[in-house]
Amino acid sequence: MARTVIVDYDAGNLRSVQRACSEVGLDADIAAEPAAVARADRIIFPGVGQAASAMRTLRRTGLDEALRHAIAAGTPILGICLGLQISLDYSEEGDTACLGLIPGRVRRFAFDDPRLKVPHMGWNEVRVVHPHPVLAGIRPGDEFYFVHAYYPDPDTREAVLAVADYEHEFCCALGVRNYVGVQFHTEKSGRVGLDLIARFARWDGRDQRDREAAC
Amino acid sequence: MLSKRLIACLDVREGRLAKSVRFVDTRDIGDPVEKAREYYEDGLDELVFYDITASSDKRRILLEFVEAVAAEVFIPLSVGGGVRSVADATDLRLAGAEKINVNSAAVQRPELIAECAHAIGAQNVVLSMDVLRVPACSATPSGYEIVINGGRTRMGIDALEWALRGEALGAGELVVNSIDADGTREGYELTLTRMIADAVRIPVIASGGAGVPEHLHEVLTDGHADAALVASMVHFGDYTCSGLKRYLDSQGVKMRMRW
Repeated sequence: MARTVIVDYDAGNLRSVQRACSEVGLDADIAAEPAAVARADRIIFPGVGQAASAMRTLRRTGLDEALRHAIAAGTPILGICLGLQISLDYSEEGDTACLGLIPGRVRRFAFDDPRLKVPHMGWNEVRVVHPHPVLAGIRPGDEFYFVHAYYPDPDTREAVLAVADYEHEFCCALGVRNYVGVQFHTEKSGRVGLDLIARFARWDGRDQRDREAAC
Repeated sequence: MLSKRLIACLDVREGRLAKSVRFVDTRDIGDPVEKAREYYEDGLDELVFYDITASSDKRRILLEFVEAVAAEVFIPLSVGGGVRSVADATDLRLAGAEKINVNSAAVQRPELIAECAHAIGAQNVVLSMDVLRVPACSATPSGYEIVINGGRTRMGIDALEWALRGEALGAGELVVNSIDADGTREGYELTLTRMIADAVRIPVIASGGAGVPEHLHEVLTDGHADAALVASMVHFGDYTCSGLKRYLDSQGVKMRMRW
């Protein structure tokens, strides 16, 4: 029986993610034990809150090592919001060293225009710039729900799967091998967001580029 | 860029949907879970529940009700009414609300805003303010005063000052509800909404007075609001969420048009 695990590290309300999984027929357990995460067949890594305190909890509980083990083992992982951000090497939020699952940094929105509000909160269009099985089906004009003051900036352009605009273009979905992460709250983004979770539930953890390399 | 949001407010009394007219007379107009689902499927961007009984013995009904809605509706859900402590806010979050609205209790004890922001994140704390138009005086230089208890108690606090203080204490969003306009269907209080939206750097949701689609257009453009809250317009079937969004889209307001 395939086990999908939602990583519980005391960073926000995970039940909304679990409810969205359940709506698309994905049975997911909320788990805080590193062993449960390490042996999961599929991992959702959500989170809302502050990078430094999230990292402290992950280190204290040993969930950091469990996640590193899972990414090395090829387990499909979906990072959401803070879960995505702390998957990179470093976050400007609290000057925090993060998990380093994905090469890159997390930057704060900084605008000269005082009328631009931070956090970036609300519905915004997500434009796919690199095809990926989990994002397949997102059409031009589809909008997702965002709430964040920081955004991911991966080291390689190839990792950027989708972008959104808020004063400037920023990466809002990234993918490397068996990891895919979204900055928006796909669990609160209506039908298009549920569809993304449904595609993740079917994803084998390989993106198109792995297949091309294998040919 | 961000779309403007259409938000529907459901006033709930003991698990039933009620709608007030000028905050006094309330009528029962149906099953809120069913309404929530209907609006969600019809393109609504966000839902707000306001528990207008909110007495402590009825909290359980509200929590069960929030859980029922959260299981069916996958857009942001905001809940308020009688939130007096971090424990109230946390209970509602666990039941499935993203955002927590604080109102009267925050006016009486402003630290509640900071405590909630610390516990659940500033972006999830919505300060809902009920505002009455008054002659400008030294206590209320903006000409708008904060009222509580559903509009019955005047607090002698200037609305603009309160908005700025709420932002400083950590509110992530403001609902600006005009008591004068509420339930009249004669349009939002544009002067009030614009004054507050221009003064703060957090999103402002305009509330009270929407009667025709043009009112939403006005408040999202001239009123500088980030979101427009509707109630009667959609509850009684005069308008639909999708119809309102199509109208706003046709007038050049950026809206989420696919759902």
